[in-house]
Amino acid sequence: MTQAKLKAPWLAGAAIAVAAIVSAGLAAPAAAQDRAIAFTGARILTMAGEPIENGTLVIKDGKIVAVGADVAIPADATQIAANGRVIMPGIVDTHSHIGQVAGADGSGPIQPEVRAMDSIDPLSSNIAKARAGGVTTANIMPGSGHLMSGQTFYMKLRGGRTIEDIAFQMTDGRALGGMKMANGTNPMGRSGFPGTRAKSASLVREVLTEAKAWCAGDRKKRDLGKEALCEVLSGERLVHFHTHRADDIMTVLRLKREFGFDVLIQHGTETWKVAEELARAGVPVSNITLDAPGGKLETMDLRMDNAGILERAGVLVSIHSDDAIVDSRMMLREAALAVRGGMSRDGALRALTINGAKQMKLDARVGSLEAGKDADFLVLDGDPLSTYTHVLETWVEGEKLFDRSRPEDLLMATGGYGAGSPMDAAHHHWEIAEGEGEL
Amino acid sequence: MRIAGTLLAAASMLALAPAALAQDVAIRGETVHTMAGPAITDGVVVIDDGKIVAVGPAASTPIPEGFAVVSAKVVTPGLVDARTVVGLAGYMNQPHDQDQLDSSAPVQPQLRAIDAYNPNEVLVEWLRGFGVTTIHTGHGPGALVSGQTMIAKTIGTTADAAVVVPQAMVAANLGPEAMAEGGKAPGTRAKQIAMLRSALLAAREAEAPRAGKKGDDKAAGPDKPPSLEVQTMREVLAGKLPLLVTANRAQDIMSALRLRQEFGIDLVLDSAAEAYLLTDQIKAAGVKVILHPPMARQYGEFENASFTTGAVLKAAGIPFAYQSGFEGYVPKTRVVLFEAGVAAANGLAWNDALASITIDAARVIGMEQRIGSLEVGKDGDVALFDGDPFEYASHAVGVVIGGTVISQTR
Repeated sequence: MTQAKLKAPWLAGAAIAVAAIVSAGLAAPAAAQDRAIAFTGARILTMAGEPIENGTLVIKDGKIVAVGADVAIPADATQIAANGRVIMPGIVDTHSHIGQVAGADGSGPIQPEVRAMDSIDPLSSNIAKARAGGVTTANIMPGSGHLMSGQTFYMKLRGGRTIEDIAFQMTDGRALGGMKMANGTNPMGRSGFPGTRAKSASLVREVLTEAKAWCAGDRKKRDLGKEALCEVLSGERLVHFHTHRADDIMTVLRLKREFGFDVLIQHGTETWKVAEELARAGVPVSNITLDAPGGKLETMDLRMDNAGILERAGVLVSIHSDDAIVDSRMMLREAALAVRGGMSRDGALRALTINGAKQMKLDARVGSLEAGKDADFLVLDGDPLSTYTHVLETWVEGEKLFDRSRPEDLLMATGGYGAGSPMDAAHHHWEIAEGEGEL
Repeated sequence: MRIAGTLLAAASMLALAPAALAQDVAIRGETVHTMAGPAITDGVVVIDDGKIVAVGPAASTPIPEGFAVVSAKVVTPGLVDARTVVGLAGYMNQPHDQDQLDSSAPVQPQLRAIDAYNPNEVLVEWLRGFGVTTIHTGHGPGALVSGQTMIAKTIGTTADAAVVVPQAMVAANLGPEAMAEGGKAPGTRAKQIAMLRSALLAAREAEAPRAGKKGDDKAAGPDKPPSLEVQTMREVLAGKLPLLVTANRAQDIMSALRLRQEFGIDLVLDSAAEAYLLTDQIKAAGVKVILHPPMARQYGEFENASFTTGAVLKAAGIPFAYQSGFEGYVPKTRVVLFEAGVAAANGLAWNDALASITIDAARVIGMEQRIGSLEVGKDGDVALFDGDPFEYASHAVGVVIGGTVISQTR
């Protein structure tokens, strides 16, 4: 039913643009292999069942053909012995700012017409660094200094040069993304922005109420903001709601009840205080685990056991980087810290992969190693949650795009001279220094 | 059986202990990393009146009668954070709890850390929860000379009770982090160095004792005493207070080495993200390095930073320690336990990584006679873990400071 709606005119532009690039052959810089590749002898964490010891993963044309302990290897397949290695799905980062993304400007608190994709630099080295850390899919978001800072961009971390190259598209070629919203202190205080929490909520209710009426009308006169809000109100465009404090989280649930949008709680520092309420409402959480509390008033009650508490309450929880708050290369570490805080090991790995894919409705394509899904996976030299383990290879749609044994790739993995870029420096330095950052 | 009983007793004690209880105590570990020799399997550390009185294998190290026994899988010296701002910088990150920087003047070596240190700051307890028992804390980045640092234990409810060394070093900063705003000086790197040289020269000029009046044994006479700024800089010139220079770009590191050369000061390099480019120069100068946290975000002045710098410095024979450093936003501090772990995963040998936050850190801050290893005569500062301390999913399960057992699990 919703598939029919996907043909809506406001999506057509993006769809055509992406389709054109694909046919020009630029989307995949090096074409995915036409011969099958079979990885054998690995411990495979599929995220779709029990770990497979001495397992085999067969990929072809950018897709997973088979995975299991006892699968037939095509006669012409290239075989790669992966004994002693661990293979797991590529990480799905539900909240990232790589690619020097920016969204809404200072002209107002609500700007749903702004698209993150129009700001992202696909050549930014922090995309390559994220790949070195095992990230293969990421939700790239504008900042949290607005009630609504624009449309997010679901990135597939291919080795592309243009935004179309790295867009996450479904079969109809649409570039996918959600809607970034925020409450609490970040969107408050500046001139022209709300001064209180109640005012923040009322501004959002106002704009959604207007949009609701507009969406029910003939939509003849184009309105970029309202068109995006129609997708929000119909549930097609997921709301990524930056929110920390328990009372602000409950405000999100009230707004969801009133307007019926689909929402993912982003950060959710105090979700441990309202875990039962979230579980009852069936609202998932994209959580961050940090080395220490504080840095701002809303993160004073940050706890390392938050993700574990949500897991036990039955909330679908993912773990995100909020890069650069947590470096994308530290995401496996972040999951391990969640385990330190009481989350199950399996749950923590799911929180990095399939849970985020489900939350963003990308699980038909990514998040687990199952036949038919994209061949996005990592080869590791040990337990993914160990301090000493490294990502050796990152494969995206059947292409090995990170290989730790290559010096230029190792530079992305560890840092070192030339690993950054001046543009990265100026952009992120400003954001952190201003405290306008992401968290 | 005896071990099981001990473990049980220890577990219940850790669980029941209130904030702290001072006592004569023995620490028993399946593995004890003394950092003064090979690790001891099934080892014992006996602490009497706050000091270590015995260390050795359980079989040959008797625990005196009446001593409480605390047991853990892995025992290390209390961790040493060689450079932080915690206690001056609070976790709320509001103006009222940010005392690591006064921006009214670019050069203020007279600002004492002890006059701003809040031992009850949540982040002090947070660090302690991960085994940190000593911090070298104080004024931070943001000014050319931001003030002094101090060394404190992570225990005590007053700064006076916590402090070990009230004046440890004078903190200077080079590069963009230490530029003044609004057209004020310093506005360039060259101006920063000119101002530092001027401040040191002014102190040197004031160094000569004033000629008193004939027959007047009060040498200073009625003259105005030198300013606190000059007095402090004289201590730097005399080598009594090291100048801790935060410099990340190679050019800034070289500027710091030139300052040392010109004035003969005791220089300690701080942060030093590009130190791996200058190992020969740093080695030749005999300068110690308090290296940035490996997880410091790799952009801005850190855009060329690497997880592997510790390994490079170690291989070059340069003494160094890790630090939690300064964080201006979220998270408000890093934790040296985690930082050394990342180094251990990136080329630094496990034992060297642990040394970088224990005995080597103690050496870099001049405290190796008192802390940093489990040896007879040293402070009874111990960290307890339920597994490899560097494994992310391990827990710190207890901390002992001067024989006082503090219960926590993180």
